[in-house]
Amino acid sequence: MDFRLSEEQDKFRQEVRDFLEGEIKQGLWEPSCDAWIMGHNPEFTKRVSQKDWIGLTWPKEYGGQGRSYVDRLILTEEMLRYGAPAACHWFADRQIGGAVVHYGTDQQKKELLPMILKGEAYVGLGMSEPDAGSDLASLKTKATEDGDDFIIDGQKTWTSGGGNMNWIYLVARTDPDAVKHKGISEFFFKTDLPGVSVTPIEDITGGVHFNEVFFENVRIPKTSLIGERNRGFYQILNQLDYERSGMERLMANYPLFEAVIKYSKETKQNGKPLAEDPLVRAKLAQLKIEFEIGRLHMYRIAMVMDEGRAPNWESSMSKVYGTAFEQHLAGAAIEILGLYGQLSPESKRVPMRGMAYHSYLSSKGYSLQAGSSEVLKNILALRKLELPNQ
Amino acid sequence: MNLALSEEQEMLKTMARDVLADKLPKTAVKEIEESEEGYSAELWKEMAGLGWMGLAFPEKYGGSGMSFLDLAMLLEEMGRACLPGPYFSTVVLSGFTILDIGTDGQKDEYLPKISSGEAIFTLALTEPSASYKESGIGTKAAAEGDSYVISGTKLFVPDANVADYILVAARTDKGITLFIVDAKSPGISTTVLKTIANDKLCEVVFDKVKVPKDNVLGEPDQGWPEVEKIIQRAAVGKCCEMTGCIQQALDMTVEYAKDRKQYGRPIGSFQVIQHYCADMATDVDGTRLSAYQAAWMVSVGLPCTQEVAIAKAWAGEACQRVMALAHQIHGAIGVTIDHDLQYYTRRAKAAEVSFGDASFHREVVAREMGL
Repeated sequence: MDFRLSEEQDKFRQEVRDFLEGEIKQGLWEPSCDAWIMGHNPEFTKRVSQKDWIGLTWPKEYGGQGRSYVDRLILTEEMLRYGAPAACHWFADRQIGGAVVHYGTDQQKKELLPMILKGEAYVGLGMSEPDAGSDLASLKTKATEDGDDFIIDGQKTWTSGGGNMNWIYLVARTDPDAVKHKGISEFFFKTDLPGVSVTPIEDITGGVHFNEVFFENVRIPKTSLIGERNRGFYQILNQLDYERSGMERLMANYPLFEAVIKYSKETKQNGKPLAEDPLVRAKLAQLKIEFEIGRLHMYRIAMVMDEGRAPNWESSMSKVYGTAFEQHLAGAAIEILGLYGQLSPESKRVPMRGMAYHSYLSSKGYSLQAGSSEVLKNILALRKLELPNQ
Repeated sequence: MNLALSEEQEMLKTMARDVLADKLPKTAVKEIEESEEGYSAELWKEMAGLGWMGLAFPEKYGGSGMSFLDLAMLLEEMGRACLPGPYFSTVVLSGFTILDIGTDGQKDEYLPKISSGEAIFTLALTEPSASYKESGIGTKAAAEGDSYVISGTKLFVPDANVADYILVAARTDKGITLFIVDAKSPGISTTVLKTIANDKLCEVVFDKVKVPKDNVLGEPDQGWPEVEKIIQRAAVGKCCEMTGCIQQALDMTVEYAKDRKQYGRPIGSFQVIQHYCADMATDVDGTRLSAYQAAWMVSVGLPCTQEVAIAKAWAGEACQRVMALAHQIHGAIGVTIDHDLQYYTRRAKAAEVSFGDASFHREVVAREMGL
């Protein structure tokens, strides 16, 4: 057992920090909560790509760096710490590239991976449908074979990144007669096609990061199929483990944590800094405790992945835990700000650029995205604890 | 970074679990708890024979030269088995302190006695103030010729009823001084308190107890930072025990949920029970990860004030959540005196308040955060 990172890893962390601090100093962007999913900044993504920080864990033969998942965790941890606008490449880097490496044909690898590495694939995740949420295998969007093509018909919803996407990763039904989870396939294709239309969904923060995406007779080449036909559901279960396992499930609103600590030290109430109020101290310390426990969960997952194992129940556990922390942080931040906590980012006198307000509302979705906490607890109970299904 | 146990640690853990499962069924725990001594001399001898007392002490003191992290594995299994007795007091509270700050002569004299199982030690730190702060110490030690004379009342002293030696923290001229006191010295009277964990916490009254100056442990008047280290080490040790305690409670609960049928199906197939179990497992893993991290840091000698405080604050509250759910899932059978669950319930509560509860450690974390 050794909880230390290697010297190279410490150096790498410093390199990432220096880069991000340099960006902030140049005024290129401001740290913000949810920037990994809402901060669409193609220029930033280009610069990250130039640092070779996309595809960090992919094998070198595919243009990756062949580095460990712990290294990638260090990178994403710092991106989230600084609230960097990494949304353009986050999904492609996190799970799509890996899926192509794992399931793609040689031709697909040759075509798709360089594009992801260059930070040019802004991917939308086309999974949920109006009647297929937690029960994803009930999806109805169809992919019907037609000569050398598939024809896509149907509707996706809650499609993250849908408003900015130029590519979509789509799960669709390819065999309507098979048992529901045995007739699903995965596709990856450009979205500038006739018949694709996107309707943004405004969330309770007033922001737009998920969308409805409609497919009407959309013709895509057969080469868009990723992996085995009708095995898509099994492939995606594995991908979801990666989708759930990252540091964004603990640090999506980390800039708020640093901001509220700073605020408590600098803001006086009745002549004393808030940070000297025993209740405020206890709240902040408890958040720190919960955060550090979550960090251990996250590093454990990276190590599981470095052993070559998919993070299965571990990612369910850490996602439930981490998102609960993020929600606790958002709520506690408003409580510490007191009456000021209710002010919206646009309001006169709003402290901390309205981060607490935004994050409080935004964090309600954290325990729903990528598997609701309830579904994940079921997974944990069945797979780790081996409790019976019936 | 590597979170895996070494092969040796795996072996030690498995061996400890097997030995304790064999030698210490709950009937034996009950018998020991109800005995006057509060420990089994026979088991004590066997543990010494297995090398458990001296596990983390150097070979020249009769030990095995292993680390505090290795010891953590043992403590976890002791927590799982609800081992009653003075192991923690002797090894974690006292042995390490002597190893840390004792003179060569003191180490030569006392550590082999600990390794061999010949002597039982404890630490008399807390007082009626029930505080882990320096200001909580009122017991005085006054210099008189070649001796000090100790007077005062220590409270919540574990295993003092059977201890051969007591490490005492007392107030001297300019600070706190630690002493190694022969428990048979005239002027010491011990009363066993009745506790929730059924362990032997004692009131120990020192009435002009004479202690030779040679028995000062560490520097006179400079003892408080050492006491803080003792509390820190003990808090980590407790976290390891607590990990074993709630892991076992979880294991028992999952087994029960698989077996117990209602409405014609195992209750573990109901999602509410599954979610409870998932919550318990998450708390157990968080407790273990943070306990191991703190134990590893103590082991390699890194500064770990914050990590220890995080681990103990977390463990204290996580244990309460886990035990609450364990009871809820066990239903009425779990609140019967003949069911094993109560051993864990009682110990988890005592462990929560020992060596700093969550509030105590949150304040440490707050200071470390610069608040």
